[in-house]
Amino acid sequence: MEKTNFEKIEAAEKRKALIGKVVTYFFLSLWGLIVLFPFYWMILTSIKSYGSYNAEYVPKFFTLTPTLQNYSDAFTEVSLGRYFFNTIIFTVLTTAAMVVIITLAAFAFARLKFKGKNLVFTLFLSLMMIPNELVIITNFVTITNMDLRNSFMGLILPSITSVFYIYLLKENFEQIPEELYKAAKVDGTSDFKYLIRVMIPICQPTIVTITILKVIECWNSYVWPRLITDDETYYLVSNGIQEIRENGFGRENIPAMMAAVVVISLPLIILFLVFRKKIMAGVSRGGTKG
Amino acid sequence: MKVNKLKGWLYLLPAILFLGVFLVYPLIDVVIYSFEENYNFASQTYTGVGFYNFSYVLHDPYFLQALKNTFILVIITVPLSTGLALIISLGLSSIKKLQDLFQTVYFLPYVTNTLAVGLVFMILFKKTAYSDGLINLLINFFGGESVDFIEGPYWAKMFVLCFYTIWIVLPFKILILTSALASVNKDYYKAAKIDATPKWRVFTKITLPMISPMIFYLVITGFIGAFKAYSDSVALFGTNLNVAGMNTIVGYVYDMLYGNSGGYPSYASAAALILFVIVLTITCINLMVSKKSKISVN
Repeated sequence: MEKTNFEKIEAAEKRKALIGKVVTYFFLSLWGLIVLFPFYWMILTSIKSYGSYNAEYVPKFFTLTPTLQNYSDAFTEVSLGRYFFNTIIFTVLTTAAMVVIITLAAFAFARLKFKGKNLVFTLFLSLMMIPNELVIITNFVTITNMDLRNSFMGLILPSITSVFYIYLLKENFEQIPEELYKAAKVDGTSDFKYLIRVMIPICQPTIVTITILKVIECWNSYVWPRLITDDETYYLVSNGIQEIRENGFGRENIPAMMAAVVVISLPLIILFLVFRKKIMAGVSRGGTKG
Repeated sequence: MKVNKLKGWLYLLPAILFLGVFLVYPLIDVVIYSFEENYNFASQTYTGVGFYNFSYVLHDPYFLQALKNTFILVIITVPLSTGLALIISLGLSSIKKLQDLFQTVYFLPYVTNTLAVGLVFMILFKKTAYSDGLINLLINFFGGESVDFIEGPYWAKMFVLCFYTIWIVLPFKILILTSALASVNKDYYKAAKIDATPKWRVFTKITLPMISPMIFYLVITGFIGAFKAYSDSVALFGTNLNVAGMNTIVGYVYDMLYGNSGGYPSYASAAALILFVIVLTITCINLMVSKKSKISVN
């Protein structure tokens, strides 16, 4: 049976759409592969034994004799455990202190009335333009003069305020109807109690997002810890992995190094997979890397 | 009433205190440092006031090397990563199945530790005594010759640095562009379909103008971020970047401050201020261009 012209055109269109789809999926998968490959490679290398890794001139894409030896090496031969523990302390303390400070500040800007509020808020916003690289020099000198090098205080102090998060939280606080605040005032609720009992619970999603973003930032911070610590006892994971690369394991033990890399990367990847939606929404609202 | 007025300030006090000490004061101080000549870190004395620090930095071969590296990195990675992100986001928004999975995978580099994953890139590209590394074997397979990407020729090192930088910055750009594409009003596309507008025209006349503010946002933040590149380079080439010839402006600042050649906050301040001026200029140019093109669209 002869196909009509219309059917021919329709079939051609369908074929074109199908080809387009195949091409799209192909390139998307290709990029996905480029993204995932380093992760696969680090896990694979970390379970190869030192001997078998170095014996492979052409690296194998799988291993039939996986070993966990490298992981125990990473924790015993270098102080990975200590770096890990330091980073947890640093992250928890910094994030906790920051959340308290920005919540208080955001509350003041959103609800309290006082002279000069708008002026101060404008000044705060203008502070967002100051690049970290510019102020880090003096902060280094300040912390050195305060004798806080190689201490958690020195690591934590400069990074426990963020103008951007104050702004973000203030915007969120302001969405809560003012009537609620007035009603609470009539009932004689104190400002602080209102903040704790009403505002924080309502704005909990934003606070959680800010907390997660700050945790990611803390876990990956490298520059400031590098400047302020030269005593291995206070190294965070970023400096730690650099130390392991340059002086660790005595010889070029790449599999053990990769085991350390896996251990360092895992917490954030788990955090990401759990809070995927929250993190992505939070980042698109105003996170940048670095 | 008086107590109430004070209360606002009380809530703000911790934030003001920390911002004052670690953000406002350093901003003033860094300018002062940069003009104090022959500043001695140990005795905290200086001999004069002037432009010597700037002239020293601008004549320092290490700084010029860092400047060159940074500019090459910016010029290559910003357009390439933005373009790539646009293509990937367009692909992502055109599919339904697996979209969520792809999005999750693409975002992974954002949550990784730059220093740690940089080591994986290093071993993939590095040529050692016992193996040429996976990438080199791939090059051999296609008939090329092995190159040491980590300790070899300059352009090989620059290539790895650019590649890693793009790998790191893409998640953010893809995320921003996919949500921008999703927010374009679907009615425009339906109208275009009725008129049988060709795909390319739909892209240039509808999609691109609708998401252009976000593209400009990405270009501007991309420029700023790329000018501050540092930890990617450390991750690949180690802390001694001057010897590797792969230092960046920010790396130069930190090296001047602390490290093998450290102890010169004045030189560091001068270099940081030069960086700031460069970034400010580029951002202003970007803003001007984006304003102009907006007018022409209207």
